[in-house]
Amino acid sequence: MHSTRQIYTFVLMMTTVVALVLAGLFTLLKGIHQKNEAVFTKRAILASVMPKEVKGMSDDDVISLFQSKVKQTVVDVNGNVISQDEVKKRRSIGAKPGLAEDLDLAKEKKQSDENRLFPLFEYETSEGKVFITAVRGSGLWDEIWGYVALKSDLNTVVGVSFDHKAETPGLGAEIKDNPAFPAQFKGKTIYNDGEYTSIYVRKGGAKNTKYEVDGISGATITGDGVAAMMYDGLKYYEPVFQKIKEGKLK
Amino acid sequence: MAEAAVQTKEPLFGKKERKLLIDPLNDNNPITVQVLGICSALAVTTLVFKALVMSIAVVFVCAFANLFTSLLRNSIPKQVRMIAQLVIIASLVTIVELVLKALNYPVYKELSVFIGLIITNCIVMGRLEAFAMANKPWRSFLDGIGNGLGYGLILIVVAILREIFGKGTLMAGSPVEMKLIGPNNEAEDIVYLINTAAESGIGSYFSWYANNNLMVLPASAMFVIGVLIWIQRSWNRKLVDIS
Repeated sequence: MHSTRQIYTFVLMMTTVVALVLAGLFTLLKGIHQKNEAVFTKRAILASVMPKEVKGMSDDDVISLFQSKVKQTVVDVNGNVISQDEVKKRRSIGAKPGLAEDLDLAKEKKQSDENRLFPLFEYETSEGKVFITAVRGSGLWDEIWGYVALKSDLNTVVGVSFDHKAETPGLGAEIKDNPAFPAQFKGKTIYNDGEYTSIYVRKGGAKNTKYEVDGISGATITGDGVAAMMYDGLKYYEPVFQKIKEGKLK
Repeated sequence: MAEAAVQTKEPLFGKKERKLLIDPLNDNNPITVQVLGICSALAVTTLVFKALVMSIAVVFVCAFANLFTSLLRNSIPKQVRMIAQLVIIASLVTIVELVLKALNYPVYKELSVFIGLIITNCIVMGRLEAFAMANKPWRSFLDGIGNGLGYGLILIVVAILREIFGKGTLMAGSPVEMKLIGPNNEAEDIVYLINTAAESGIGSYFSWYANNNLMVLPASAMFVIGVLIWIQRSWNRKLVDIS
């Protein structure tokens, strides 16, 4: 039998050693972790424009492409541009520079509409400027989110990329895993006959080819979630779109 | 000192040591015979690649948890031994998570929940209590590897079946690109047996197959494991008496 004193000594020594080892490893790998996270976000953003090319790109390619071709802006719900300093003041983002990609979109969703910040990316392609917006909603089990790329007319969809926290593999998770689902959004329009329609995910097959896509069988609720996310998410950007069209967005 | 003297007399890798490695693969398999670790076997077997990562993680955790517990077995106070074992397992699992997050972030994103749950995997804890607390470090280490492999073997077999029948691909989603056993000439369809870039319906030998969504759901893993246990027992008769 060990005495109480021995037990305390053992536990104290063990926790100290473990804490030191883990803290050391964490500090050692922190730089790589942060770079990985940043590249992961950048890939998701670029995947909305060119899903296939992004897969084959190396991490460094993604970073340099982002630096040279992508312009980032943070906007609020009224379409006002929020400066980097203002973003740093209003959000605790550590040492990050306060760009649109630094926003924690899961936390932004919990903000009230007046306080919420939205990222906007402008990507120069050979076929003209593309605007990339971020949308966020709820699937069947947990959050779903994605990036929607629009042509410079701010109406035609260039592409989308979706991700999710806990949708069922093979069913709801197909919004991310099956490239055929996001591919359907290409060329759809969010304004039809002068009305904001966004893009609807229709169970049992799209009826209107202009702004509807086919749902995934067995994933009705995730599909409804995507439709609601597309409708609400892009609606937040309407004031911004208006300002871009009037040339008032700096 | 006495321990070291005894160890040199015994061969480093003799019959007993081999038995420690081989036994968990068949006669004493942690999943099909001891029926432990079922929970994670249901969760991570949708893709072969995921199962592979999980298996490597479990082999690592199981082997080193056994090794460290065995090294400390005489100094761990009996009253806190479970807690001490848990601390060892938890720190090893954290190491796996940190390293995986640095090596391959997308895979970490998908597997992090399940990697974290290795802490509660009964196989690891079971081996520490049943073996490492009463055996020398080298043997405990081998026992850990053996049990990790036994778990991994079943995981991968289940994953192969579930991926082929559920998605019509094999090894899809792996970050290391592989295209193996493919067409002999350009004229044939570009399909491969193992193609990491395959998507459901494209690029695989199994593309013609209409995906069975049941195989993707966790319940199917239960059926597959059940059938595996049945096959194993009808072929390995001595298991029938045990249970």
